[in-house]
Amino acid sequence: MTDDLDRLRKALKSTPAPDTTRKAADLGAAMARFDAEFDTASESGRQENAAPVRPTSERGWIARLIDGGETMFHAMTTRAGLAATTGLVTAGLALFLVLPPETLRQPVQLGQPEQESEALAESDAPAGRSLAPAPRADTTELAPLADEAMPAPMAEVAAPMAATTALRAEAPAAAKMAADMDAAVRLAPATDTEAFTNAEANPVKVTAEEPVSTFSVDVDTASWSIVRSSLMNGQLPSPDAVRIEEMVNYFPYAYPAPSPGDAPFSVSTSLSPTPWNPDTRILQIGLQGVMPETEARPPLNLVFLIDTSGSMQGPDRLGLLAQSFRLMLGQLRPEDQVAIVTYAGSAGEVLAPTPASDRAAILGALDRLEAGGSTAGQAGLDQAYEVARGMAGAGEVTRVILATDGDFNVGPSDPEALKADVARKREDGIYLSVLGFGRGNLNDALMQALAQNGNGQAAYIDTIAEAQKVLVDQLTGQLFPIAEDVKIQLEFNPAEVAEYRLIGYETRALRREDFNNDRVDAGEIGAGHQVTALYEVTPVGSPAVLNEPLRYGPETPVEAADGELGFLRLRYKAPGEAASQLIEAPIAAEAQEADAEARFAIAIAGFGQLLRNGLYTGEWSWGHAIALAEGARGEDRFGYRSEALRLMRLAETLDAAR
Amino acid sequence: MRMMTDDEALARAAAGGDRDAFAALLGRHYDRLFAFAMRLTGQRAEAEDLTQDICLALPAKLRGFRGEARFTTWLYRVAVNAAHDRRRRSASHARAADGWGDWEVARRAADSESRAATDWLAEAMATLKPDLRDTAVLILAEELTQAEAASVLGLSEGTVAWRMSEVKKALRARAAEDME
Repeated sequence: MTDDLDRLRKALKSTPAPDTTRKAADLGAAMARFDAEFDTASESGRQENAAPVRPTSERGWIARLIDGGETMFHAMTTRAGLAATTGLVTAGLALFLVLPPETLRQPVQLGQPEQESEALAESDAPAGRSLAPAPRADTTELAPLADEAMPAPMAEVAAPMAATTALRAEAPAAAKMAADMDAAVRLAPATDTEAFTNAEANPVKVTAEEPVSTFSVDVDTASWSIVRSSLMNGQLPSPDAVRIEEMVNYFPYAYPAPSPGDAPFSVSTSLSPTPWNPDTRILQIGLQGVMPETEARPPLNLVFLIDTSGSMQGPDRLGLLAQSFRLMLGQLRPEDQVAIVTYAGSAGEVLAPTPASDRAAILGALDRLEAGGSTAGQAGLDQAYEVARGMAGAGEVTRVILATDGDFNVGPSDPEALKADVARKREDGIYLSVLGFGRGNLNDALMQALAQNGNGQAAYIDTIAEAQKVLVDQLTGQLFPIAEDVKIQLEFNPAEVAEYRLIGYETRALRREDFNNDRVDAGEIGAGHQVTALYEVTPVGSPAVLNEPLRYGPETPVEAADGELGFLRLRYKAPGEAASQLIEAPIAAEAQEADAEARFAIAIAGFGQLLRNGLYTGEWSWGHAIALAEGARGEDRFGYRSEALRLMRLAETLDAAR
Repeated sequence: MRMMTDDEALARAAAGGDRDAFAALLGRHYDRLFAFAMRLTGQRAEAEDLTQDICLALPAKLRGFRGEARFTTWLYRVAVNAAHDRRRRSASHARAADGWGDWEVARRAADSESRAATDWLAEAMATLKPDLRDTAVLILAEELTQAEAASVLGLSEGTVAWRMSEVKKALRARAAEDME
């Protein structure tokens, strides 16, 4: 009898599109009602809402708004500041009023609306915002109207909105809007309550239209560990859990060390063939942070803030955590100090500041940790900072290390307040790092956001080996920042590059003007840290060019190729400084065979794209990725690359079995 | 900057008075809202009025959105309640209240095959009681799980399952009639 139901389903699915005039009137009326309800018509209310775009440091906090148990995978795709996003959507929304939906949907099928809508997004955001006041005439009069009546003024309200918009109608924005609506129609499966933060893969951009690409560095590696933990559990990771730049950055590469006296890190670039597309090239940008004399490092004050809520029960959580900290203790020096604060139903200091030389006291406190109660994150954080403040001394480095499964849902943890709090403490010189443990309700979005606001790193510890990597092998980088607010800006030469695409870093995008704005937060680089970024670039004249030239676009006179692929600009601040410094370097357009280091990074980027069901990898398969990585293992002192190969094979098998 | 922000974040921002968030949210969901209204009522004019009701009611309702449920679930609940209100209010106008008397999509169904499909739909829906109709629309057309539909309708999952079996039964009975 399911046939009958299927038939009913099919029949019900074919509904007509709404009448565009009715739709415009309804939307206008709803906005008027909204204004009346929230009294947003006043100019002051408007200003409050019109907060400027706040990129990276904010991005996780949108995801934060969905705290509580109901988070779904589909809710984790966010990165842009809410104000920015919604300002743009106002433009898109208004566009919808004047164009019939059929027209709007068309560009979506053509395939590449995003880069154009993004261009619109970046350049036109303030203009889009200026549309908003148009429909708000007469709002107060509308307030008392009954539900039934559709009063005449409504049409007038909607009309100016449509008129204003018609002047600036740009279909791609609306097309993106249509795509969003389509996406919104699909219901995501409710699985568990893990929250990941991610965004759609970066689209291909046309150099002639948008030659500049800006992003913040990211030295986090949590995504790789999460991918590993999923694969080891016999499951392909959710595409949202895959942040490609974090996978690539998990692995050490042999970049040249910075020369003494120069910037605290070296910058190297290389251009090589793309394994998944013979007609494009991969541009690799590598940053190598300086490794300070470890002998001369300043004393450390560490506050372990440990989540002992009920959800932390288990050997892969509290058990692993105690083991991990025990490993780390071996790296500390007698003059370093350690304190432990726990938080569960209530927060408490279980170990007063203790010299690292008193191992017995510290280990004893770790052994006594017990899980129970719910999570009062805010109270715990407050207390940890309190303790840290008491420990801080001149010339010392003070850091709170938060260990949690990310469950911050009890207590007065208003996401915005929590974020502001962490950022304020950062100004005081107390940094925050976040270590994630356990799967199931891991709140990746929250971890990322906390660490980013605290100038720290987020790492996910799934095995004792990972603890070894993060807390022993790379501890110095974890704890000692060498450069803050590191931003990278690339300007591509349209004479050489037709199109480009940044692989990964979706959650780290910055606006072009943010590059020179020292008030805009960006990622930190720790001692010895490395950052790798990969672009796929399509040379001018390549058959791989995806975008048709604009029929009505300006005739861009392209000068003769001058051998430069583009120009790299990089800004960073020395720790604690307010003004940034600039590094500039041209990038040669000549491609070379990739060396083993580059090949391995590209293999991992390819692997990440496959895990995200990559749009751009074509016929390139797991097998290709494995072969590429296999031939590029290099020295692999710590065995990380061999482990990657095992996981890639596992992913291939799991995918085949799907 | 990306335009996609999840519904819940937008809804909470809107509930806090963020005008742009509300505009984005409504823009994103308007079409599906209308489609849902169309499925519930079966008549374009009815669906348009219902959609308008919902749009006007949303700002006040949003104040109560706490994010315990997914926004879409919450929105379905608001829509279903609005539909019930309309039915109750227009109970005296029996035809409008009952809906599905003349499925006006027929006008758009140019070829005979889709016309036949539309006729079948109108007849099938007309044989269902409003409660069963709502449930069928949520499960079949909106593709909610039984648990989600139960949450929207404020019923137990068991009741939803029972209603779906009633829908099946009604369709089967109709099919049997056709055979005769």
